[in-house]
Amino acid sequence: MNNYETVFIATPVLSEVQLEELFGKFQGVITENGGQIVNAEAWGLKKLAYAIQKKTTGYYFLIEFTGEGSLIETLEKQYRRDERVIRFLSFRQDKDAVAYSIKRRNKLAGKVTTEEAPAAAEAEVEPVAVEEA
Amino acid sequence: MAAPVKNDSEIRYLNPVAVDVKKKKYCRFKKSGIKYIDYKDGEFLKKFLNEQGKILPRRLTGTSQKYQKKVAQAVKRARHLAILPFVTDLMK
Repeated sequence: MNNYETVFIATPVLSEVQLEELFGKFQGVITENGGQIVNAEAWGLKKLAYAIQKKTTGYYFLIEFTGEGSLIETLEKQYRRDERVIRFLSFRQDKDAVAYSIKRRNKLAGKVTTEEAPAAAEAEVEPVAVEEA
Repeated sequence: MAAPVKNDSEIRYLNPVAVDVKKKKYCRFKKSGIKYIDYKDGEFLKKFLNEQGKILPRRLTGTSQKYQKKVAQAVKRARHLAILPFVTDLMK
């Protein structure tokens, strides 16, 4: 069992529902092939540094998981077959990368909770702020 | 006893003597204890690129060989994912 990290970029033309479905599909591919998802993040629509398939933006998705090496082959085959995926990258995390990603997740989790707390406090005063959040 | 001191002050050089003390370069990763270089952080990786988006050599950045390899790996991953450009003009 190894730790892996995979990122893929989806075309910007997809709707919210389609994106959700796409993200779910690849998480499904991992779990069905004996992988275990550690972390899954949607970074949202980001600008690309250069055009890929004539597209200048794309939706980024990150999945961290543990599993056997053979799983990568199946996953990447699925990426290639899916026309909605314009770019992907997967690699094995070494021990420093694992430590870093745990730290990063904790930091992100901490950020969310601290952001939620002021938001909740503001909610009592200003309902407008909540709608934005 | 005071004579040699006097002589020293009388010496005149045609060209000013180079006295600039070179600032020693150091590896920032070793110094701050960073073990893993994240490819997701494009802004950080830009410190190791020139304006055309090329990776700067070790002799300019002072990065140790161990971490230069990791910088290169991270930059290449970021380029693949369109976080950093392969080629560009005036990046900064």
